[in-house]
Parts: sequence; C-alpha cells; structure tokens
Amino acid sequence: MNHLLSTEYLSATDLTRILNMADEMAEVLDRPIPKVPTLRGKTVGLVFFENSTRTRLSFERAAKALSADTMTFGSQGSSMTKGESLRDTALTLEAIGADLMVVRHYAVGAAHRISEWVDVPVINAGDGTNQHPTQALLDALTLRQRFGKLDGLAVAIVGDIRHSRVARSNVFALNALGAEVTLVAPATLLPTSLEGWPVKVAYHIDEVVEDTDVMYLLRIQAERGGDQVVPSLPEYVSRFGLTEQRYARMSGDSVVLHPGPMNRGVEIAHGVAEAERSLVLSQVRNGVAVRMAVMLTLFGAHHD
Amino acid sequence: MIESRPASEPASQHAGQPASQPAGTHQRATFRSDAAPLLLTPDEIGRALRRVSHEILEQLPDLSQVVLLGIPTRGVPLARRIASVIKEFEGIDVPVGSVDVGLYRDDLDYRPTTRLGPTEVPVNLDGRTVVLVDDVLFTGRTIRAALDALADLGRPRNVQLAALVDRGHRQLPIRADYVGKNLPTSVEERVTVQLEETDGTEGVWLERAR
Repeated sequence: MNHLLSTEYLSATDLTRILNMADEMAEVLDRPIPKVPTLRGKTVGLVFFENSTRTRLSFERAAKALSADTMTFGSQGSSMTKGESLRDTALTLEAIGADLMVVRHYAVGAAHRISEWVDVPVINAGDGTNQHPTQALLDALTLRQRFGKLDGLAVAIVGDIRHSRVARSNVFALNALGAEVTLVAPATLLPTSLEGWPVKVAYHIDEVVEDTDVMYLLRIQAERGGDQVVPSLPEYVSRFGLTEQRYARMSGDSVVLHPGPMNRGVEIAHGVAEAERSLVLSQVRNGVAVRMAVMLTLFGAHHD
Repeated sequence: MIESRPASEPASQHAGQPASQPAGTHQRATFRSDAAPLLLTPDEIGRALRRVSHEILEQLPDLSQVVLLGIPTRGVPLARRIASVIKEFEGIDVPVGSVDVGLYRDDLDYRPTTRLGPTEVPVNLDGRTVVLVDDVLFTGRTIRAALDALADLGRPRNVQLAALVDRGHRQLPIRADYVGKNLPTSVEERVTVQLEETDGTEGVWLERAR
C-alpha cells in the first residue's frame, strides 16, 4: 500500500492489519510516556484546504507520538490565495521536505491527484463528498473494541448520506469486515445512485431503531446544501433524529456513534450524546491510534 | 501492505522457514529437508532454561522485586518457562510481561515491514529488577531497542538480560547476564529457534548461508 485514498479497494486483510497495528498504538498512547521514536527524522506535511479541527489535531498528535515532525499548510493566508495551483502547492511541500502528506480538500479526488504528482505517501483526510478513510478505520476500531468483531454486526447510518464522505468510507470498510449496513435517510439526502453499494435502505429511523447494533448518526451538511433539501428541522428530527425516547428503545448492547461535529438537538439529542452507550469520545481517542497505524503502514510499504 | 516479518535480529533466525514437523517429535534425528544441523534438542533447551532460572535465583535473592519481560515473539514463552521453574523451586510467582521493540528499532528504512508484537507490563517497573528475555542474542540491536522501550515504560532499578542462545557478533556494547548456550557461529549462518508455544515444534537449528 503506497497511499491511503479510499476504503473501497481495501480487503478485510488490509483493514485487519491496520486495526491490529492500531491496537498496539492504543497501548503506546496509554503509556506513562506516550511517545515512541519510530519516525524520528521524518516530516509529515498536513495539507488542509478545508477547515478541520479534530482531524488535523488528531493527525498532528499521531505524527508527534511517533516522533515525526509536522508542518501544517492551511489554505487561508497561503499562496493559494495568490493563485497557486494544487500541483505547485503539493510539489513545493514535497521540496521543502514532507516525507508523507495528509491532504484534506473540498474537491473530490484532490488527494488522489496529489498522489500522482508526488513521490511520497499520501493520506486522504477527506476529499469533498467522496472519502475519509481514516474515519472509517477509527470507527471500525471502536466497534471491534466494543463487540470483538464486526462480522454480522447490524449498522444503521442515519442522516445526510449524500454529502457524507464518512458514510462512503464506512459503507465499504464495514461491509468488507462483514457488517450489514443500512442507510437511513430521506430520499433527498441519499446519493442519486446506490448502484454497487452493499447496503439496505430505510426511510424512517423507527424501521431500524430496535434491531440495530450500531446507530451511526451524521449531521446535515448545510455547507454542501444538505439543509436545502429538508423541509424543516422539526420534521427531520421527527423521522430521523435519535431522540432520548428512541435511544431508550434500542437494545441494551447497542451503541451510538457520531463522527462529529454534532448538531445536538437535531440528529442526536443532547442526552443521547452524553449517554452511556455513546462512543463519541472513544472514536476521537481511537482516531489518534488509527492514524499512527496508517502512517507506519505507509512508511513501511513505501520503502519496500 | 504490511508483510508479517518478525521483529527480531536480522539474519539471526526465522529467515528461512524450516520444513514443518509434527508437534511432539522430540528426537535429535529430526528430519529437515534442508538438513540444517540441530544445535539444541528440546531436552537441552529445557536444561538450559533450568540452569538460567537457577542462576537468576542465585543472583537475585529478593524475587519480590523481579519482573521477567520477554521480547516478542519467542522471548515471551521463554520468560514464562523461566517463571514456572522459579515457581517450582521457590513457590513464588514472578510477574511476566512482554516488551516489543518494533517501534524502537533503528532500521525502519532497511527493514520497513517490521511486525509489531504486544507490550504488556504487568506491574509498575519503578525500582524493580527487570530481566529481559530473548531467544537469540546476536548484534545487540534488539536489546538496545528494548532498553530504549523500557526507559519509556518506567524506571527499573536495574536491568538484566537472559538469552537462550548467544551466537556472538555483537555490534554494540551489550552482554547477557544469563546465557542458556553459547554457540559460536559464522555471521553468514542463521540460528533458528522454534518453540512449542509459538511454532508447534521445538529446537535450535543452524542454517547455512544461502
């Protein structure tokens, strides 16, 4: 594996290897000194063309826990505003000395394009509505910790699927690991075609609330127009929101996941976000371990 | 993707996978297709470990402060066996754990597909005597990495090293406190250790360079 751009082509073996390594990374993060010297002398370039807090900080922490140096490129206040092309920006960062690039971009395929231009490994940290593979990996790790395995797990992904790279990455990763995914959304928030997606579809959260092992909630992405196709928030909540009443109807072993940022009171009630079976903060913690594992994997394979 | 390659000494062992052999056939006349000489039989491994255990008992009378940390993969079962000999003779359970060195190696660029093993530290190491346990002591680089890892895991009062086999050719100023068997080897040869717990068969073989 030279780059991590998408979960679509990862096999169960590929995914399991990364998750196994992430387990070891989680152990490192629990140590009194949560830092190992493995990537000493390497520089990780964080290239963020789109706002991000948790993902950028998580990659930064992951790089630093492996003793890599980081340099951050943000599109605000950079030469992008002077008209520099994506290619020139990427080549410049490589020339400055990035040994690996983490790319977040608002356009689909940006990380993939950069991976064709540079000679260093590229991690897609989110490209438009397309893919966010490390998010799917951290979700898989969180579920594996909780349930032991993903095989046979019923996962409902509820919300703005259409604009969600998290949903796309998760559908393929979870399916490869044997989970059964149901998408739950109004038709206007589903992709125009689900051809080739290994999923079932439901149009009301009540169809899945009692039977699902995992309720995976997504916010409505107003910045990508998701709010334009929902008649009203109260109506959305009535059909798709995980209220406390619905949470109470879920099975006692089931869990709630959310990739953040949460819109409390819309897709997830405040009390549910704070509830015992909400794994939101475990997801965030596991993100660091998974990103460490991905970086190590890419550095390993790259020098082969 | 990641190839599974053990995180042990380069070219010291595991390099050529010996022909498989049914578990429990513990005779010297073990058949191996590449005719690698058997250096230690299962019985000899057992005797070497008993001697190492008794030396540890002599050197470290205050067993309450001792922790055995095996270096994955094969150092871990060896540490457990030493602990069970100590238990047999002194009736004391010495804590056993593991310390993986994959993240501390200095050769990521040369052996990029280092496999990671578990690190499990059963007790707080501060002020204790840690005995590191490994199967083959060769260049010393694994032990150097293990010492770095230990420094991040706690502050033991002292650290000792037990190795089943010392095959020489050190590249660093490192020595073992307890050695099961000194084996003079050529640097081109490979020493392969297999244990029932990890390999389903048992013995130490010398493989000629290819």
